[in-house]
Amino acid sequence: MLWPLFFLMTAIHAELCQPDAENAFKVRLSIRTALGDKAYVWDTNEEYLFRAMVAFSMRKVPNRGATEISHVLLCNVTQRVSFWFVVTDPSKNHTLPAVEVQSAIRMNRNRINNAFSLNDHTLEFLKIPSTFAPPMEPSVPIWIIIFGVIFCIVIVAVTLLILSGIRQHRRNTKGPSGVDDTEDKCENTIAVENGIPCDPLDTKGGHINEVFLTEEERLTPL
Amino acid sequence: MEKARPQWGNPLQFVFACISYAVGLGNVWRFPYLCQMYGGGSFLVPYIIMLILEGMPLLYLELAVGQRMRQGSIGAWRTISPYLSGVGVASVVASFFLSMYYNVINAWSFWYLFHSFQDPLPWSVCPLNDNLTGYDEECEKASSTQYFWYRKTLNISPSIQESGGVQWEPALCLILAWLVVYLCILRGTESTGKVEQLANPKTWISAATQIFFSLGLGFGSLIAFASYNEPSNDCQKHAIVVSLINSSTSIFSSIVTFSIYGFKATFNYENCLSKVILLLTNSFDLEDGFLTASNLEPMKDYLASTYPSKYSEVFPHIRNCSLESELNTAVQGTGLAFIVYTEAIKNMEVSQLWSVLYFFMLLTLGIGSMLGNTAAILTPLTDSKVISRHLSREAISGLVCLISCGISMVFTMEAGNYWFDIFNDYAATLSLLLIVLVEIIAVCYVYGLRRFGSDLQAMTGHTLNWYWKAMWAGVSPLLIVSLFIFYLSDYILMGTLQYQAWDATQGKLVTKDYPSYALAVIWLLVASSTMCIPLVALGIFITHCLKKRGTAAVA
Repeated sequence: MLWPLFFLMTAIHAELCQPDAENAFKVRLSIRTALGDKAYVWDTNEEYLFRAMVAFSMRKVPNRGATEISHVLLCNVTQRVSFWFVVTDPSKNHTLPAVEVQSAIRMNRNRINNAFSLNDHTLEFLKIPSTFAPPMEPSVPIWIIIFGVIFCIVIVAVTLLILSGIRQHRRNTKGPSGVDDTEDKCENTIAVENGIPCDPLDTKGGHINEVFLTEEERLTPL
Repeated sequence: MEKARPQWGNPLQFVFACISYAVGLGNVWRFPYLCQMYGGGSFLVPYIIMLILEGMPLLYLELAVGQRMRQGSIGAWRTISPYLSGVGVASVVASFFLSMYYNVINAWSFWYLFHSFQDPLPWSVCPLNDNLTGYDEECEKASSTQYFWYRKTLNISPSIQESGGVQWEPALCLILAWLVVYLCILRGTESTGKVEQLANPKTWISAATQIFFSLGLGFGSLIAFASYNEPSNDCQKHAIVVSLINSSTSIFSSIVTFSIYGFKATFNYENCLSKVILLLTNSFDLEDGFLTASNLEPMKDYLASTYPSKYSEVFPHIRNCSLESELNTAVQGTGLAFIVYTEAIKNMEVSQLWSVLYFFMLLTLGIGSMLGNTAAILTPLTDSKVISRHLSREAISGLVCLISCGISMVFTMEAGNYWFDIFNDYAATLSLLLIVLVEIIAVCYVYGLRRFGSDLQAMTGHTLNWYWKAMWAGVSPLLIVSLFIFYLSDYILMGTLQYQAWDATQGKLVTKDYPSYALAVIWLLVASSTMCIPLVALGIFITHCLKKRGTAAVA
């Protein structure tokens, strides 16, 4: 007596959850890509957890009746791992509108990802776009700070050089004009005159010739 | 008594200045491209032959002229013959054009350098779109490095007609670049040197052209540098040293560039493969990790045979991944420096460090060459008594930098990169060939090769080797004439000139024709430096005739 009812229920379930059915979503997991050696096997227990997470997301929506795990139907599980799911209403005759399911899942995406140790790329809900975290923009872009530092250094260097150039020019014009030319030559041309650099020519004093010193000391006093 | 000419502190400063000028961005982004296009290692054969026949002789000629005449380009050629001062003027004009657009590259290098201090590097990730649901569309279609170059750096417009406004970010970097150049040239020679403390006729033509432009002949920079030498300086040895170092830098940078190409090609190939694997895994719901790079081909056949209808749906989206096609993408110019290299760098470990080092290198190369260019402009100006009487050296340098900076703001507009390409391709190519041709004919036949040889002997103490004489008198002029004829005929035969424009909707470059005013600018660029030579000669001839008539009338 109960058997026809059972068959009816499974038939309805089968109709409600089908690939490309109304309000159905395809989910794709890439467990091995995300976890490598630590990948777990996708079995009915994992499916149970998934249904629980979807039911959890639906329950978090305010002003909605409590969704049970049995209201979440999974079908067409493949090796990939991918499957389709729908969420039915308590009467189990209709599926909940896709928009509601979508917004519920988006709000709790993080929790669902964490339950499976996956992220937005490895646990994909096709047709439910994930919101990317907005990039962290500092109030002042970093490049302007570095630009400002280098700009200030260059400006300071240019100003210093110009000022020292003006000072040198003033010193040159104020000094006596006769000695000016030779001094000019020495200052502007770092090159040599007759192989002797100009600088040592005006060192103070002279050198003490060591030879004569030792000679005097060697002579024994009479 | 006249103020003595400033001189290099020691010959090494002069050599370093020349090397820093000659070794520029062309060594990094032009030579490896040519090597790749013309057969790799075998390109070295025509390159070295052209170096011996054309590069070294012309380099030595320019250095010798500068050292002998001890003046900038205008004064040097006026000394040889007053009718030839047009050559100097043409050199200065060409240098002016070059310095206008060349410093924009330094501005871009600064921009990238400042952006290298971020984690992650801004050109390694695409920005998000407005809803934060995906990546920006243009960035998806192109790649993140291309997007950063075309959108964030240049903010390029779809064609040269749509100029847009001046972008303030690259404009700031341009101002900084000019300030740095001004800082270096402010004090003149003493500071310039210390900045450094580089069976196919097309192959031969490219080798000759590359040597020619790589050494920076004809701009007057080498004459300017050499004019600050002591007369007894052995510039023959220096000419050989500079050209050899320039060529070895080119070869060294191609080794580096080719390894970067290989790295990038391998990376992209592996990326392409994983995309194909993901596509097939998702379409056929195969087990995750089932498809690998090794079993991809047999599995594709298996899937094609087992699910033919589904496979034919997916087939158009499957890209054919080939390592060869990745390796064959040869890029030159700004595309290589700012797109290909940044793409390779973003995939390396500690990418911020490599990025900073790389752009710092580009900056030093660029600024070194800029100093040579500005020296070519400033030396004739400071030599001229008219100008130097009224303005100090700092003021002249400042004015030149200011005017060039102002005009080069054009290149920071949205369409600026298209104008940059125009200047890069046409401002200094044909005119330089003509300038150097006239130079070599002037020295050999107007001044007299024997006279010049004895001058050099009096200066340096070495007799002129037969090799130099043969090259100057015969081989090099012939080579230049043939290059000149080839390029002229190439320009004439090409018909309408075209350019590559960035299409934001497709995310790639498309070819477009130049509008008429752009063509007018191109002809103006070429004409303004080439016409200087005959026009100035004509002007001096007329003034001489007028003077003769004047004195005849008085007498």
